[in-house]
Amino acid sequence: MRPLLRFWPDLRSRIGVYVLVLVLTLLANGIQLIVPVITGHIVDGPIAHRDLSALWLPVLGVLLIGIAEAVGMWARRMVVAPVVSAWEVTWRSRLFDRLQYTSVAIHDSWESGQLLSRAVNDLSQLRRFFAFGLPFLLSTPIVLAVGTVMLVIMQPVFGLIMILMAVPAIIAVAVFEKHYRETSRRSQDTMGELTTDVEESIQGIRILKSFGRSPWAAERFSEISTRLKSLEVRKAKLDSWLWSVLLLLPTLAQAAIVAIGTWGVIEGWTTIGTVVAAVTISMVLRMPIEMLGFLLADALMALTAAGRYWEVIDIRHDITDTDGGVDDAPEVGRYRGRLRFDDVDFHFADTERLTLRGLDLTIEPGQTLALVGATGSGKTTLASLVPRLQDVSAGTVSIDEVDIRDMPVNELRHLVSVSFEDPILFSTSVAENVEMGAPGASEAEIWEALEIAAAKDFVSRLPEGLDTQVGEQGLSLSGGQRQRLALARAVIGRPRILVLDDPLSAVDVDTEDRVQRALREILPDSTTLIIAHRPSTAALADVVAVLDEGRIAALGTHEQLLESSKLYRELMGASANTAAHTHPGAAASATEGGTP
Amino acid sequence: MSMPRLDSDDEIESLPPDIAKKARALLMSLVRPHSAMIIFLAVIVVLTAALMVIGPVFIADALDQGVPAAIDGDMGPLIRAVTFFVVSAVASAILAFTSTRLVGITAQKILFTLRERVFTHVQRLDLGYHEKSTSGRLVSRQTSDMESVQQFLSYSLFETALAVLQMLFIAVTLVVLDVPLAIVAFAGFVPLFFITKAAHSTQRSAYRRTRTSIAKVIVHFVETMGGIRAVQAYRRQPERRGTLSDQDARYRDANTDALRGVAWFAGWTRLIGNITQTVIIVVGAWLVIEGWTQIGVLAAFILYLRRFYGPLDELVQAFNLYQSASAALEKIAAVLDTDPEVVEPTQPKALPAHASGGAPPADNDAAPTRPATGRSLDLDGVRFAYADGPDVLPRFDLHIPAGQIVALVGATGAGKSTLVKLVTRFYDPSVGRITLDEVDLRDLDDGQLRSSVVMVTQESFLFAGTIADNIRIGNPGASDEAVVAAATAVGLDAYIRRLPEGYATDVKKRGGRLSSGQRQLVSFARVFLADPDVVVLDEATAHLDIPSERLVQNALATVLEGRTAIIIAHRLSTVEIADRVLVMESGRIIEDGTPDELISGTGKFAQLHQAWRDSLV
Repeated sequence: MRPLLRFWPDLRSRIGVYVLVLVLTLLANGIQLIVPVITGHIVDGPIAHRDLSALWLPVLGVLLIGIAEAVGMWARRMVVAPVVSAWEVTWRSRLFDRLQYTSVAIHDSWESGQLLSRAVNDLSQLRRFFAFGLPFLLSTPIVLAVGTVMLVIMQPVFGLIMILMAVPAIIAVAVFEKHYRETSRRSQDTMGELTTDVEESIQGIRILKSFGRSPWAAERFSEISTRLKSLEVRKAKLDSWLWSVLLLLPTLAQAAIVAIGTWGVIEGWTTIGTVVAAVTISMVLRMPIEMLGFLLADALMALTAAGRYWEVIDIRHDITDTDGGVDDAPEVGRYRGRLRFDDVDFHFADTERLTLRGLDLTIEPGQTLALVGATGSGKTTLASLVPRLQDVSAGTVSIDEVDIRDMPVNELRHLVSVSFEDPILFSTSVAENVEMGAPGASEAEIWEALEIAAAKDFVSRLPEGLDTQVGEQGLSLSGGQRQRLALARAVIGRPRILVLDDPLSAVDVDTEDRVQRALREILPDSTTLIIAHRPSTAALADVVAVLDEGRIAALGTHEQLLESSKLYRELMGASANTAAHTHPGAAASATEGGTP
Repeated sequence: MSMPRLDSDDEIESLPPDIAKKARALLMSLVRPHSAMIIFLAVIVVLTAALMVIGPVFIADALDQGVPAAIDGDMGPLIRAVTFFVVSAVASAILAFTSTRLVGITAQKILFTLRERVFTHVQRLDLGYHEKSTSGRLVSRQTSDMESVQQFLSYSLFETALAVLQMLFIAVTLVVLDVPLAIVAFAGFVPLFFITKAAHSTQRSAYRRTRTSIAKVIVHFVETMGGIRAVQAYRRQPERRGTLSDQDARYRDANTDALRGVAWFAGWTRLIGNITQTVIIVVGAWLVIEGWTQIGVLAAFILYLRRFYGPLDELVQAFNLYQSASAALEKIAAVLDTDPEVVEPTQPKALPAHASGGAPPADNDAAPTRPATGRSLDLDGVRFAYADGPDVLPRFDLHIPAGQIVALVGATGAGKSTLVKLVTRFYDPSVGRITLDEVDLRDLDDGQLRSSVVMVTQESFLFAGTIADNIRIGNPGASDEAVVAAATAVGLDAYIRRLPEGYATDVKKRGGRLSSGQRQLVSFARVFLADPDVVVLDEATAHLDIPSERLVQNALATVLEGRTAIIIAHRLSTVEIADRVLVMESGRIIEDGTPDELISGTGKFAQLHQAWRDSLV
């Protein structure tokens, strides 16, 4: 119950409306009891006595009640519609916002479809529950209680029969609840899995197509989809048990009332009129009891949905400002941009193995440092520490001697601009994608950034220039083009610190060279950390650091390192051929592992 | 009458005009295979409806006849009536049990079929479609739209039939009871008809808007979560939140309109029912007083009338679920209705058998050491343009003999990627033909084409599952040893062994834990397992450091031995293993020769190669 109870603050904020909905629901139930009574009176009274004048008043009553019932029904739905629609959207925005500020590491541990299915399927389940399920779930017991009390007052024995009938009903419900809750949870989780699979099968379509693995993907999908089907069927089967029990029990109670009632009439402790009245009441009670089965199933699904919703909301935000929140637009101080890693350790949450260990590195303001290292040596991890997409496990990263964890996150991210190895473009225009790096930038500034990134030529040739829409992940652009747009975004704000993760891997050497020179010329004050694979990139940097085994193994200029570091020569492809004739014997005097 | 208006300018539907018809046809095609079950369910419906009408009769009988008789000492009638009642109750319960089960099972079977159909169709759609679409949109078809269909199938198909039948039974009873009164009762259906018609159009457009707007929300959600690194690094959260609010506001309004539409529809229906009831009382009273109708008849009539209009609530509910489901089905039908432009041949031709009497790729022993024979690849008078764009390849002729390794060089936009997309049949040429061993690619069975020609691209997507699973995409039947051998060949083995669970390590969402270089190595390992005749590499080593690239290249040199290969790379180190270099510019080949010839010449390649040499140490 707890996950549903946690929605109380939302409910309380609209409690007036919700109480009105409850009252209208109860009223509708009540009216169903009254109208037959009046029509009975009309038939027995005016019509039986052929008295037209006495007819008008009760007929007017029936008409008014009829109109009231229709208006009540209309009003209940009219009133509840905007409230629950707004709730669904509010909950989604909370979920969305929670996730927007959740650290990348936690994001990586969730399957994307599990998040989406919570944001869509679970929330629409909750909306339906709060719109219909809950008001009826709350009013049904009241109706049942009133009916039972009426029976008890009328004749305690009949009341007792109803109460006795409730015992097997409650047992059935209890058994059902346990199984249904479990199945519903598994089904909704499987729905998340299915969503993930669909998403991947579309995002990975090129791989699937080029290996002809669509049949394999279809089999994989089929397996999940079969599992979902059997869970849903299991739910239907559980439903069928509960519903038939809830259908049978009240009718058995009715039969018992008739049988025992007759005995009572013979024995003289009750009258025929009482038996008839009791049967009528029990008839009225059948509907809510039967409905209870449906309501219960609905409530349990809502409970599961709520549980899944809160799981996301309860994700702890581990990368925040010092006060535990995240300010969207903090004041940005002035920094010179001295970036320093001090005895930094890093390991992923699910392993003890250190990706970075005792790493020390300093980049002076305005300096460009090229970081080189073998595939998987931790370069990208190191880069992700600077804008705090991940936090160090030990040690500190600081800018101008201020620990970055002591700055507001978004001040830091204002100072630091990143371009990722997998360029991420959003489905909007080229201009907007670039402008993200400096909101409010003028068109001239956008063009300038595009020029730095050597993207000006191809952008101006695009069908609508800056206004060309680029798709999700910019699929219709080539890899090199996407990289250059992402780079333009990184440089447009002339950030204090620029972190470029292998920004031009898909671009020809010529273009890369142009970009690098432009960067140095136009952004001389930006402290730059650039991850590089090519010697030409490294050669242009002020200083080069070699990352190996989680620490800086060598530091120096390109030329120095070529002479002193065997590892560097290997990484630059110089050990096998080139180095042999340029620097004979240099390897022997290498100062390997020399951390400054 | 005042149903809520809708902002008609809200959405301009891009669906074809006859989509409603197509959606109905889709629904029919889904339901048809279950006709036997539907008929059986119909029988259950009839029985259930009959029992619903009969049950109370036994109770009435027990009270009217049984109790007085029992008081007089004759227990017979009472026992009989109560027994009948209990039996009918048990039968009702059994029927409810059966129908709930069968409806649930049938609905799930239908949904399962629909999901599979959409999935395989989306897989069949050509790359051109996928490049224009976004994953979120297709995801919304498979999730949110399916949910609408499920709601309808599980909760209202049976109930609708039951309600209609129940009304029919009662209608007959009404006519039997009293014809003039029955006519009055049925007169209520005239306004109901018009209300339903009006509701049909307002509700349909409201539900269409909910489907369209929720799809946008999903697209935005998927994109934001997929690009969370950029969202956070560029502080896009407020802006992303704003967009979500805008889109969700549209969804909320559409949803409110739809729900309020239900309110009007249900309210009017109930009002008409209640007014009819009043009119019946007045007319009935008049008829009774005038002596044309019996008083008992009127009493019974009024009693039944309420049960006559009662099921209308359920019909209103069902009607709305149907409207919502058909809006969703329209969206789904639109996807299914899109034909891929790259189609599989109806009568595929087979590739000629390998000259070397080579066995077809062995399934479980796809070690990359098999002596391979490539296949020759020809482009004859190929012209290509994307949809409405200018020609990317104006006119293209090329012959690549079997076993040749070709390096494709040229600036971005020269048409290299387009060329390889044609060779791998991601697209078909606008004019001309491409043949593999003299067989037009368009005549090849997709399975054979894909096992023969394999491409590795720059982006290396990982699927949820283990690393081994991901490598096995190259050949799902590969043994563990073959997987390890492939990983070892590309230099990935040592890294994988250091992972917490080795090859069984889950790559989690989009390979969050593998670096992009490592992901590229996984892509290569796939090729090693796939064992194709023709290998196409499009910037497949871009994320690798030089030693890794060397390693891969050395491994490739062995694997490509005897195979046909086309390699696009900006790092000209590739050229070392190429037999031939093609330099492209503006969709044409401007230089063609062996690496040595071109390097020693004075052309474009000589310049490029010099620039690349200079970029090295």
